[in-house]
Amino acid sequence: MSTLEIKNLQVSVETDEGSKQILRGVDLTIKSGETHAIMGPNGSGKSTLAYSLAGHPKYQITGGTVTLDGADVLAMSVDERAKAGLFLAMQYPVEVPGISVSNFLRTAVTAIRGEAPKVRTWVGEVKAAMADLSMDPAFAERNVNEGFSGGEKKRHEILQMELLKPKFAILDETDSGLDVDALRVVSEGVNRIKSNSEVGVLLITHYTRILKYIKPDFVHVFAAGRIVEAGGAELAEKLEEKGYAEYVTA
Amino acid sequence: MALASNILENHTTPTGREEAWRFAPLSRTRGLHDVDAPIVDRPSLKALSSASGFTFTLVDGATSLSNTDDVVALKVRKNTARVQELKIEKNAVVAEPIFLSRDLQGSGVGVAEASRLLIRASAHSQATVVIENSGSITLAEEIEILLEDGAQLRFVTLQEWDEETVHIGRHHAIVGRDATFTSYVVTVGGGFVRLLPTVEYAGPGSSAELFGLYFAGKDQFLEHRVHVDHAIPHAKSRVHYKGALSGAGAHTVWIGDVFIKAAAEGTDTYELNRNLLLSDGARADSVPNLEIETGEIVGAGHASTTGRFDDEQLFYLQSRGIPAEEARKLVIRAFFMEILSKLSLPEIEERIAATIDKELNYDFA
Ligand SMILES: Nc1ncnc2c1ncn2[C@@H]1O[C@H](COP(=O)(O)OP(=O)(O)O)[C@@H](O)[C@H]1O
Ligand SMILES: [Mg+2]
Repeated sequence: MSTLEIKNLQVSVETDEGSKQILRGVDLTIKSGETHAIMGPNGSGKSTLAYSLAGHPKYQITGGTVTLDGADVLAMSVDERAKAGLFLAMQYPVEVPGISVSNFLRTAVTAIRGEAPKVRTWVGEVKAAMADLSMDPAFAERNVNEGFSGGEKKRHEILQMELLKPKFAILDETDSGLDVDALRVVSEGVNRIKSNSEVGVLLITHYTRILKYIKPDFVHVFAAGRIVEAGGAELAEKLEEKGYAEYVTA
Repeated sequence: MALASNILENHTTPTGREEAWRFAPLSRTRGLHDVDAPIVDRPSLKALSSASGFTFTLVDGATSLSNTDDVVALKVRKNTARVQELKIEKNAVVAEPIFLSRDLQGSGVGVAEASRLLIRASAHSQATVVIENSGSITLAEEIEILLEDGAQLRFVTLQEWDEETVHIGRHHAIVGRDATFTSYVVTVGGGFVRLLPTVEYAGPGSSAELFGLYFAGKDQFLEHRVHVDHAIPHAKSRVHYKGALSGAGAHTVWIGDVFIKAAAEGTDTYELNRNLLLSDGARADSVPNLEIETGEIVGAGHASTTGRFDDEQLFYLQSRGIPAEEARKLVIRAFFMEILSKLSLPEIEERIAATIDKELNYDFA
């Protein structure tokens, strides 16, 4: 049983006009096996939260703490966070020309597990995980995210989640840009990983539709850099009806 | 053709204002570009392989196969009595690469040397020639390569010089009817290196693919001036050079001159240069230049990019548990591997990749 604890997190970015505060005191605790949905309007700081947890250098932590089973996450480098069990499925996965998916996956898994996977089992493991996500095996020989469609990029992110087996996965708008079929495939993938592991999920989304496939235990409304309301799955239904208007001050 | 241009006496020492010399720091050539500075004649290449299908001899150097107005090449011609000749026999298929390495016994950076090589790929022969350059030297060279009809030649030059080396060379290929020339220029060493990989065609159906990769560290000057002269119909060329730079004073120059003359109908050409700037204080000049005198061609294009290391790529790899240093190496290796893997010489590929890794560690430590 693990716990990811975010306390009073404050984050700024450097802009041409100087430092700009984005996160204004985020408090959130996630335990193994739980699924928390974070819902909020565009520009409210959801990706900033996701990137800050993963350690993107663009975001400066100006206050607060993040701990994983008591260990100081903010003191860790980006790769140390991944090794500690954090995984970020990005809203916009990055293209890395010249590195094949298979080489990338093997290198990442070797780094996370601390030893190279056994050749004999590895190929089968990747093949099975790709088949589960309805990915063509030829994918493995393509360059990381290069020329991938939106749906292919998101499947590739969930494929990594499956293989890297994190303690906590942050899914940043994994649903955006997906058609209904792709949304179902990706959601089923996440649900399969959830049922086969103790992973805690932070599901960031703008829309409620992914919550029909992935059932959250908790829903948090995010606005202007903080959580402004928290509740159960019923909160999502209210957002579905009324939108974010009441949380956004003009 | 103006043969007069082939005589050194018609030339004066470049001042640095000439188009061909405008990027080069002439103070660092140890006089190689100076028409009057002394230079010794030393045929310094030795063949390491003894397979059949070719001969390697020293022959009279009175004549040359091509015209040039490059001052250094003319200086080499004037100061060399003989030429080393590698001749691949007619119809021979030489399976193993032919390695020529630079014998530096008695050489030193204090004495400028001239070296001439002639490679004759006889009709319908197939071979790979690898020239391995390492150590310390002040070298002016000319390599002329003749591909007779239907010959297939892969020509690899490796510049793995020590940092004090000065090397200026012209590598000129004449590609015959239905012949295929593929060259790989790898320059990862040397303080001052200036190479002129140039191509002309002698018959239709001919093809030249020119690949290059270079890595310039602190204070290294590495220049590659590619010139492809399409004066014959139905010939093809591809030029693909990639370079990376890291460290203050690292300077690379890539020039890609492709000329399509009026007679060269059916020409198919594309040239590409990509540069990766890995630190501040490094400079990459990249000048593609396509001149077309006929519209009756299959295709002609060029592209050139110079960019910084992509921090988002680094973050993405790191977020998957891959340490920063390894992630950086992966991305840079991937950048070079696109060219390096085409060599099909695994030991050399590993060696060059290791050299680049070492330079990166040095520069980022
Ligand atoms: N590098 C940056 N420079 C300036 N503003 C930024 C930068 N990154 C994010 N922001 C701003 O921070 C706010 C939150 O962005 P983001 O976290 O991407 O929101 P969300 O994911 O909820 O749509 C937005 O107003 C955005 O314009
Ligand atoms: Mg976002």
